[in-house]
Amino acid sequence: MAARRTTTKKPNVSKEELLGYYRDMLLIRRFEEKAGQLYGMGLIGGFCHLYIGQEAVVVGLEAAAEEGDKRVTSYRDHGHMLACGMDPKGVMAELTGREGGYSKGKGGSMHMFSKEKHFYGGHGIVGAQVPIGAGLAFSDKYRGDDRVTFTYFGDGAANQGQVYETYNMAELWDLPVIFVIENNQYAMGTSVARSTKSPSLWERGAAYGIPGEEVDGMDVLAVKEAGERAVAQCREGKGPYILEVKTYRYRGHSMSDPAKYRTREEVQKMREERDCIESVRQLLLTGNHATEDELKAIDKEIKDVVNEAAEFSKESPEPALEELWTDIYADVAPQNA
Amino acid sequence: MATKVLMPALSPTMEEGTLAKWLVKEGDTVSSGDILAEIETDKATMEFEAVDEGIVGKILVDAGSEGVKVNTPIAVLVEEGEDVEAAVSEASGSDEKAPKADTPAPSEPAEAKAPPEPVKSVKREPDYPEGTELKSQTVREALRDAMAEEMTRDETVYLMGEEVAEYQGAYKISQGLLDQFGAKRVVDTPITEHGFAGLAVGAAFGGLRPIVEFMTFNFAMQAIDQIINSAAKTLYMAGGQMGCPIVFRGPNGAAARVAAQHSQDYAAWYAQIPGLKVVMPYSASDAKGLLKSAIRDPNPVIFLENEILYGRSFEVPVLDDYTVPFGKARIWREGDDVTIVSFGIGMTYALEAADKLAEEGISAEVIDLRTLRPLDYETVIESVKKTNRCVTVEEGWPVGAIGNHLSAYIMTNAFDYLDAPVLNCTGKDVPMPYAANLEKHALVTTAEVIDAVKAVTYR
Repeated sequence: MAARRTTTKKPNVSKEELLGYYRDMLLIRRFEEKAGQLYGMGLIGGFCHLYIGQEAVVVGLEAAAEEGDKRVTSYRDHGHMLACGMDPKGVMAELTGREGGYSKGKGGSMHMFSKEKHFYGGHGIVGAQVPIGAGLAFSDKYRGDDRVTFTYFGDGAANQGQVYETYNMAELWDLPVIFVIENNQYAMGTSVARSTKSPSLWERGAAYGIPGEEVDGMDVLAVKEAGERAVAQCREGKGPYILEVKTYRYRGHSMSDPAKYRTREEVQKMREERDCIESVRQLLLTGNHATEDELKAIDKEIKDVVNEAAEFSKESPEPALEELWTDIYADVAPQNA
Repeated sequence: MATKVLMPALSPTMEEGTLAKWLVKEGDTVSSGDILAEIETDKATMEFEAVDEGIVGKILVDAGSEGVKVNTPIAVLVEEGEDVEAAVSEASGSDEKAPKADTPAPSEPAEAKAPPEPVKSVKREPDYPEGTELKSQTVREALRDAMAEEMTRDETVYLMGEEVAEYQGAYKISQGLLDQFGAKRVVDTPITEHGFAGLAVGAAFGGLRPIVEFMTFNFAMQAIDQIINSAAKTLYMAGGQMGCPIVFRGPNGAAARVAAQHSQDYAAWYAQIPGLKVVMPYSASDAKGLLKSAIRDPNPVIFLENEILYGRSFEVPVLDDYTVPFGKARIWREGDDVTIVSFGIGMTYALEAADKLAEEGISAEVIDLRTLRPLDYETVIESVKKTNRCVTVEEGWPVGAIGNHLSAYIMTNAFDYLDAPVLNCTGKDVPMPYAANLEKHALVTTAEVIDAVKAVTYR
């Protein structure tokens, strides 16, 4: 049932796809770098959790998704929003707490939503999005829609009880939900080895009858391939699937994390040897899919998009004071689906 | 030696039941463990086993008898060769000597937990037109009808919770819904409150209208993060883009003799949360009309029911689509000397006190808030301006009580009208004890309400 798979040979992939992944991952990285910069300037406040290093996870899985599929994640959510096509301007303006943000400045980094892109948050409580993701899948199954829900959570959330309550119900009711464990190896400052003795996180699904696999999260093609297997299983009505995606975050847990729990060398080694963007870059160059100049042009294009988002996020006004009192109660039924 | 078989108490709140069926007849020999009868309680139909052995000498209560009080002798067992007539008359004659029958009955008289049928309100502000046909219905039936009507009206409404489907509801609220709507829409969950509450929130995000039944609200504490952080706050956090239309319902507050972990009133807890609507009906008509409104409401609604009220009958309008708006209190009784504000089961004490006070010449106006969020401040303030005195009644704890909030609100908005401090009658500031006498003292009592009214009216 549950099977560990490793991708040994690179799947066939077109130039366009590779360039797309490169572009999408680079957008997330540059966006996050800019967010870090704006945080340092005091333009972004509170908690701000950067996705740098983990870009291949969400970009690979979005490549396996179809129109109408849903996604929900934790507070490390900027990458997920960009990858599903949300506007970088709206995301950045939410980070700066401005009117032009996705939540009119009332949600912040951890709480953003887009009905249009089927992005259901952005959840600040570790693990809370897991049953919510299964509920989104429940709604699709209830209606008879063959959509799937990507439910992302970290290795830290994997120790929350509600995750296992959800596994149990998701398998019991064959819900079309893909549980994506983004194992970046540190739950804030606690390494996986210091938080559990279980050898792997995806194998815990076996206790509930849920198949899954471990995936190299630094390899966008491997992630995409695994995502396609998971999607196929869900779409066929066979119930949930678990992907434990081994990844790594280069930055601290949040902006105020001194990262004393790991060595600088460890981070450096990952950056140099396993970086997801650099490896696609090499594939593009060695496969003669793109020239240095062409990639530079893409870099420039992304940089412009990010700068534009940053400018927008600074220029967009703060929300009007009246906004304090709006959106507490809905007057009419929201069209959530 | 004859043995009386007494009507057993088969649930914590059972005071009477229906003797549905005898499975033995006079002359039969029974031994311990044999099933004597089927007894229907307000929760379920239960088999009733013999504890003693003997011959069924006489059946005292016929099958089909309704409203048989707990501890009523229902049969007499005699020994081999015993003179049946003599034994029966002996057993029926002297209660003292009769050995206790099978299930021990509650030692506390029923009145401790079950105030009598509600007094008819002197004044009603009904949400239905005058002349509407009324029928007597229990709160339980009214809640079920509300769900059935809304599920018929809207395909996206579904019910989810522990034992809601095949068991027909732990408190029989969902009786018949599985047959009517099928397993897709009446969903039995594992015992996993945190999980299914979160899952239902996700389903609401996904466009459905979930009704989540908590077997009791005590268990909803396992799920309170999802209720508050995920359900109540999403609309705001999303800048109005998407919200969470969902109903969390179930019995709340003390039942009877179930002690500290199962006896707690969450009214004040949930009423504190912006983004939630909080409903706590007293009567069956309000239970029905408010639950229908709750299911249609585009926001998360906490719907606090009460186990003791489930079996209570009230007049309910016979209308195709009866709803009661939120944020509108109901004046059950008009009066001039004092305003008594309550909600939920607290209304039982409030109305009973008002009745007794009337006998002493004190005229109390009794207001049922019905919803705590939104709260009908206007009706309360208008009444206080008239009576100049106010007593609040609730079963919850005294610190941070709804009554505290009302006191502050009245002080701020009607200070010059007050002739006495507002007094709060609440449950005592202790975890609920098990012992019958202690439990009775831990709850708010009618006597305390009367005393409070006398204090504020200086009588």
